[in-house]
Amino acid sequence: MARARVLIRPKEGILDPQGKAVERALPALGFEGIEHVHVGRMVELDVEDPARLAELCEKLLANPLIEDYEIQAL
Amino acid sequence: MIWGVLQFPGSCDERDALHACSLTGAEARLVWHEERDLDEIDAVVVPGGFSYGDYLRAGAVARFSPAMEAVAELAAAGAPVLGICNGFQVLCEAGLLPGALLLNEHLRFVCRQLDLIPEGSSAEFGTPEGAQVSTRLSIPAKHGEGRYWAPPETLDGLEANGQVAYRYAPGQNPNGSARDIAGVTNEAGNVVGLMPHPEHAVDPLTGSTDGLRVFEAVAAAGAPA
Repeated sequence: MARARVLIRPKEGILDPQGKAVERALPALGFEGIEHVHVGRMVELDVEDPARLAELCEKLLANPLIEDYEIQAL
Repeated sequence: MIWGVLQFPGSCDERDALHACSLTGAEARLVWHEERDLDEIDAVVVPGGFSYGDYLRAGAVARFSPAMEAVAELAAAGAPVLGICNGFQVLCEAGLLPGALLLNEHLRFVCRQLDLIPEGSSAEFGTPEGAQVSTRLSIPAKHGEGRYWAPPETLDGLEANGQVAYRYAPGQNPNGSARDIAGVTNEAGNVVGLMPHPEHAVDPLTGSTDGLRVFEAVAAAGAPA
């Protein structure tokens, strides 16, 4: 089994209200100078055939219309 | 004519949908998500709720259920399919409808009565019989992930093809949906999805019976010729 990590984030250009909310909250906590905050998802999994990960991402883990994904081998 | 109302683990509006279907005068029954044989079903409702907990993304897991495979076949054969709220999300995830539903722009759950304007050239769904474009339907919406989104060129295509079935009345867009779109149809016009809940507006007791017209329009499309 190979361990992999899939990072899923909203596509550039699509409004990401979660990221915006975090970004707006930061100055109130004393964190200045932070921008372009985006909130996504991370999925960790063990897989027998890592070659099938892209298909898995396209079909289930991400919605390619609205999200980008990135597969990392661990 | 027989309605089939899908029931996933986590569905919560299937009983109201079943009631709304029966008010059209047709038979209606629940369809458990593991059912694969829907041959006797003439029209389908994919109801609201939180199918499979809405884990990952709303509707993402439900699209792989046996019942949804059967619904995809029915839809391809021209049967009317109505997706409401989570059902709309499921139909988009399944690729039976264009676009996607994202988190509400303001991040808050919306629960309110609002006005919908039916439009589009899809007579069986878009415009209830006899309705004018100026007609408004008073229907409740309740959702956290209802912001309709599609690439601008897709939106242009939907508008050009008459695939925008419902828009929120001016000033009433509750979630930041692109171009005030509340519901769309597929290219053939037999699959329609919308975020607001017509099944909750079928009895004067709850303030509006406008939702019944949505079900009647679907029933008219599904009745054997």
